[in-house]
Amino acid sequence: MIDFTAWDIVRNLLLAARWTVALSLVAFALGGLVGLLVLFARVGRAKPLRWGAVAFIEVFQGTPLLMQLFLVFFGLPLVGVDTPAWFAACLALTLWTAAFLAEIWRGCVESVPKGQWEASASLAMNYLQQMRHVVLPQALRLAVPPTVGFSVQVVKGTALASIIGFVELSKASTMITNASFQPFTVYGAAAAAYFLLCFPLSAWSRRLERTLHVAHRN
Amino acid sequence: MAYQFDFVDVFKYTDVLARGVGLTVTLIGVGGTIGIAVGIAGAWARGYSGNRALEWLVAGYVEAIRNTPFLVQLFFIFYGLPSLGVRLTEVQAALLAMVVNLGAYATEIIRAGIEAVPRGQREAGASLAMTRMQVFRHVVLRPALQKIWPALSSQLVIVMFGSAVCSQIAAEELTYAANFIQSRNFRAFEVYFVATGLYLVLALLLRQGMRSLGGWLVFGRRA
Repeated sequence: MIDFTAWDIVRNLLLAARWTVALSLVAFALGGLVGLLVLFARVGRAKPLRWGAVAFIEVFQGTPLLMQLFLVFFGLPLVGVDTPAWFAACLALTLWTAAFLAEIWRGCVESVPKGQWEASASLAMNYLQQMRHVVLPQALRLAVPPTVGFSVQVVKGTALASIIGFVELSKASTMITNASFQPFTVYGAAAAAYFLLCFPLSAWSRRLERTLHVAHRN
Repeated sequence: MAYQFDFVDVFKYTDVLARGVGLTVTLIGVGGTIGIAVGIAGAWARGYSGNRALEWLVAGYVEAIRNTPFLVQLFFIFYGLPSLGVRLTEVQAALLAMVVNLGAYATEIIRAGIEAVPRGQREAGASLAMTRMQVFRHVVLRPALQKIWPALSSQLVIVMFGSAVCSQIAAEELTYAANFIQSRNFRAFEVYFVATGLYLVLALLLRQGMRSLGGWLVFGRRA
């Protein structure tokens, strides 16, 4: 029987934490990209696109992330796509992140005064130019704190990837527990690792919110 | 050959799904009620207890919970606590995890509501010789809850979605039922599709329920 020292547990958790970080980064980056597309559809003038965006957001915000993971993981192979766990996790988390970010950003875009839209329209700008040069730069300032705040949800969301067998922090904890019989220590350490990843983001988001408020008052 | 979808195979297990829905509803009903109560207590402790140590303790609890995944909290409670001599059944552990999780978020949400209540109201209460506790209970709490009721409802829906994870400790809720059925008939996609639809419906019902409950309990309208 192999003895697990505290260092063995920490070392293995840290190795697995790399995958939590990688998955979070991929989901957040791709989710942001897709979310931007959904946002453009959501606040644009084309009705079918708008309805599509609303449906997308409702479905992904209105169902558990775990179900989305299962549907991707078990659904894609049915249409002949080879779906390893990492791919299913990346795809599901990306779509889920996109839905939430699109909705967060919609609030920011809609808080830009209507006159800005009208003024830019009177300068003969088209929709993309209006967004690019007038609306998004103003919305961006509002969008940063809640976006950073949501990144915490993404990091925590990656824990669910363990359930379809992707070996990240949570799955590694279960595996180490099964070998070391020290669930209290291992899950405690895993929680601490997540905390170390998430707390700086939470704190940063809060600070951004405060500085933004200060800018608002002046 | 294209895959043939077969939902009939899923509906043979309607009773299993119904039991799963039953436990999910029970979990969110009981866990939600206690969790909101914990949130109110936590918000009181942070803003009205006047006890520094308690304030820090609650702040630590809120940060610890909000910055770790529900899955890890659940595993810690179910697998970790027995080594401290606390042995819980699957359902008890699921409930405890949901209460602890919701309690932290609710504390933060309700605290924001309390801070949004105008200062003058508190001072008016104090000038009527109310104690801090009386001001909290009779003056501040209701308008605070009115302000944050929609946010609290959303959080409840999020916690219900989170409860899908409780299948991992074999609490027999909706996702567990789905896992069970797909292990029998190998119709994974169809089963999870139906389960996802059921969650969608449950979320709508929960929102509607919270709206009615809020109208009756918090806004004082008899619906």
